[in-house]
Amino acid sequence: MACFLAPAVEAVAATVASRIVRVKDTSDKASDIIEEGKKSSLKMHFVRRMNWLSNMLWGGSALLAFEHMWHGEITPWFPFLTAAKSSSDVVSMFQEIGTVGVSMAALVTAVWAGMVAVSYHLEKKALQETDAIKQEG
Amino acid sequence: MTLLISVISAVVTTIIWYLKDCGNQMKLGTLSLMYWAASLMWMADAVFEYVELQAEYFKPAAADMLNDAFLGVAVVTLGLVIWLVMVLVKDPKGNIRRAIRENKFNQNS
Repeated sequence: MACFLAPAVEAVAATVASRIVRVKDTSDKASDIIEEGKKSSLKMHFVRRMNWLSNMLWGGSALLAFEHMWHGEITPWFPFLTAAKSSSDVVSMFQEIGTVGVSMAALVTAVWAGMVAVSYHLEKKALQETDAIKQEG
Repeated sequence: MTLLISVISAVVTTIIWYLKDCGNQMKLGTLSLMYWAASLMWMADAVFEYVELQAEYFKPAAADMLNDAFLGVAVVTLGLVIWLVMVLVKDPKGNIRRAIRENKFNQNS
């Protein structure tokens, strides 16, 4: 009915957060960034990879919205969602957003978190290897 | 069928990204993230549908399967169109900017 709305709302939040982080990153002093890079905390890694999450959520929501259009659940005229025409359908639409939609958003977020954690460990390992080579040299 | 087609396109895009575009210059990583996310969302949808229909979920009517396959191909095509627009707008290789500059230079001289 309109399950893509839950990931779409999360996509908006993730994009806003990602933009804020980018502005903060460019406004920080270069020395601060280097110092931060040395610390390279897992938390910072998650914050810096917010763009992956927003790309996933926007892309997925767009393709799902197309699927809903295909099935005639979205119309180009008001109220845009065919389920919004009757009150009984509105209830089941919100029920679907709350169950299927939230599950979709949660699954994508969980996979993103896993990807970021793996990339953090890979980057950390690569840094350690580089440091070891430097020390040997 | 839509889920299957989107997973296949996600796998293929990821392999091409790994082999040809690891720096994500051509934004193939973004395209693969888009297909993976859509696949995950359809997977969640499929789980709910399976809970509701049980074994019947795996016995779709031929007409439904054909429609779903057609939808899957359309979704993959839409993903490619979004990716193409993104690449043309960002112009990572600078070809469009260079062509515009050369065109302006030729008009002025």
